[in-house]
Amino acid sequence: MEQRIRVLVGKVGLDGHDRGAKVIAQALRDAGMEVIYTGLRQTPAQIVEAALQEDVQVIGISILSGAHGYLLPKITELLAQEGAEDILVIAGGVIPHEDKEALEAAGIKGIFSPGTPTTDIVAFIREAVYPS
Amino acid sequence: MDEKARELSEKREAWEKKFFSGLVKERQAVFQTDSEIPVERLYSPLDLEGFDYPASLGFPGNYPFTRGVQPNMYRGRFWTMRQYAGFGTAEETNKRFKYLLEQGQTGLSVAFDLVTQIGYNSDHPMAQGEVGKVGVAIDSLEDMETLLDGLPLDQVSTSMTINAPAAILLAMYAAVAEKQGVDLTLLSGTIQNDILKEYMARGTYIFPPAPSMRLITDTFQYCSEHLPNWNTISISGYHIREAGSTAVQEVAFTLADGIAYVQAAMDVGLKVDDFAPRLSFFFGAHSNFFEEVAKYRVARRIWAKIMRERFQAENPRSWMLRFHTQTAGCTLTAQQPEANIMRVAFQALSAVLGGTQSLHTNAWDEALALPTEDSALLALRTQQVIAYEIGVTDTVDPLAGSYYIEKLTNDLEQGVWAYLDKIEELGGAVKAIEQGFQQKEIQASAYRYQMDIERQDKIIVGVNKFQKDETPPQGLLKVNPRVEEEQIRKLANLYAKRDQKKVEASLKGLQAAAQGTENVMPHILEAVKVYATLGEISDALREVFGEYKQERAF
Repeated sequence: MEQRIRVLVGKVGLDGHDRGAKVIAQALRDAGMEVIYTGLRQTPAQIVEAALQEDVQVIGISILSGAHGYLLPKITELLAQEGAEDILVIAGGVIPHEDKEALEAAGIKGIFSPGTPTTDIVAFIREAVYPS
Repeated sequence: MDEKARELSEKREAWEKKFFSGLVKERQAVFQTDSEIPVERLYSPLDLEGFDYPASLGFPGNYPFTRGVQPNMYRGRFWTMRQYAGFGTAEETNKRFKYLLEQGQTGLSVAFDLVTQIGYNSDHPMAQGEVGKVGVAIDSLEDMETLLDGLPLDQVSTSMTINAPAAILLAMYAAVAEKQGVDLTLLSGTIQNDILKEYMARGTYIFPPAPSMRLITDTFQYCSEHLPNWNTISISGYHIREAGSTAVQEVAFTLADGIAYVQAAMDVGLKVDDFAPRLSFFFGAHSNFFEEVAKYRVARRIWAKIMRERFQAENPRSWMLRFHTQTAGCTLTAQQPEANIMRVAFQALSAVLGGTQSLHTNAWDEALALPTEDSALLALRTQQVIAYEIGVTDTVDPLAGSYYIEKLTNDLEQGVWAYLDKIEELGGAVKAIEQGFQQKEIQASAYRYQMDIERQDKIIVGVNKFQKDETPPQGLLKVNPRVEEEQIRKLANLYAKRDQKKVEASLKGLQAAAQGTENVMPHILEAVKVYATLGEISDALREVFGEYKQERAF
């Protein structure tokens, strides 16, 4: 049997909007995943440290502050330094379409806009962790 | 039940029997508001049995103010059209302010970046990537001077969305006014200054609850003596609602916070009628139209009762709930975003029919980015159409007496009191927040709302019905990426040219006051005038007060 997927749901930077992060966390948990939520105001380094400590396969970052262009690549950069590029990093929030390409190039594997059903995100994670 | 009512009741039953006795299929099995209040097929006088006009509604400008705080409402003057704006540097935001004023906006509303809201300077490590992003970056009085350059502070009222460091930004505003030669007694505006909803829903806290409450009561006291026309707080339900609460929870948690602030001020010896007239409120305007209209009416009715009966306020101004409204950001869709123009217009209309004192209408592109000059202008035009063209402003509280509106107002009232009683049982708003009560309630509502959408029990046009393939909109606002460098350069210049000794002395004085019970406001004012930075003043207070650590309520 496949192991339960472990996900770190995180808020990075100074952004205080945690509605989306908590809704996603609960939806992933209801879908049978193990979810750890970081709470607010985490630095990229704290996110990476928590991900390694909790031995997660997925990091899901919620960001609505417009600081995604700086903070998200910082996370993948630090993961690479730790030799943990295999951890899937996905993000959601207020992220304009034109920023997506650069983020994908920086190793953010899924970027979800407002209005995305939680079931799409669950399916995306399952497929990425255990490809069918 | 009297004879006439019995007769009506019989007729009503006959009507039900005639049209709905068989199998009647309606669009939904159950109809309800966002707060899960059942919505019946029809309302009639039977739903308002025992309705007491003088007690429940009264006349506008009179207790309990259900119909409005002014006797003639918008026949006298319209609400203040106050668009929340700010991004990048003080120079850029100053330009946007002047543009909006030229276009007929009637008040200013400053959005600060998160770095400013959390009391850091732009050169702090936590500021990286955040400077100027969701609002304007303000590091020192110098930036504030630029932000307000050429704006006549004795004529324009300014609202500032600032909470944990509200006292510092207010001091900067007052210092700029003094430099302009404007008497402080003439200043009018608002600081949000509402820390409790930051712990609960918005997240820009710095200090723990006790010293935060003390900063708030210090501003109450200072303003009652020196800035008599300043709204010292904007007790905010908006962010509670944005975080996912229902309308009932929005009103209940906001009024519970209001009770906590009034109690805190009275506990340090302030007289209720000295500060209560300057308390103001802030609510969201969501899409469930009639529930929103009823929400504003019921908030006024309950607050008036709390102030008069519980706190024994005698000045009628202390009983009045005056409020700002913003249309709901969380209802804006990234899909087919032009439809947001309609959402915003209906939401704004509900706020006007509910008797708001000021209003911000969102721009259609805000699920994607900060608004451009064009989208911000269209949002302002929406308010102007409501004010000038459609006649809804010509009589006071036009929906009063609607069987549905009055029943809904009564139903909401019951729901709000039930929460207020519960929070009272938990020891008041602060204790309840510390136990995570409101946070859990909000989270449960947010999740239910999302699941309703995913099950299609709730339809959002363009999101879960009527979708289409679309190309992403072009030309969204991009914040100048140089802002961070520019702010850091300005700070370096400032550190080099100011009188360091004076800065240090002012911060020492502030810390001494913070350790005791002396009002910190005069010390903060002194510090900003010698160009101590926002980050330095916040750090000085951090050393005395400590920092709040969020409980992970998940």
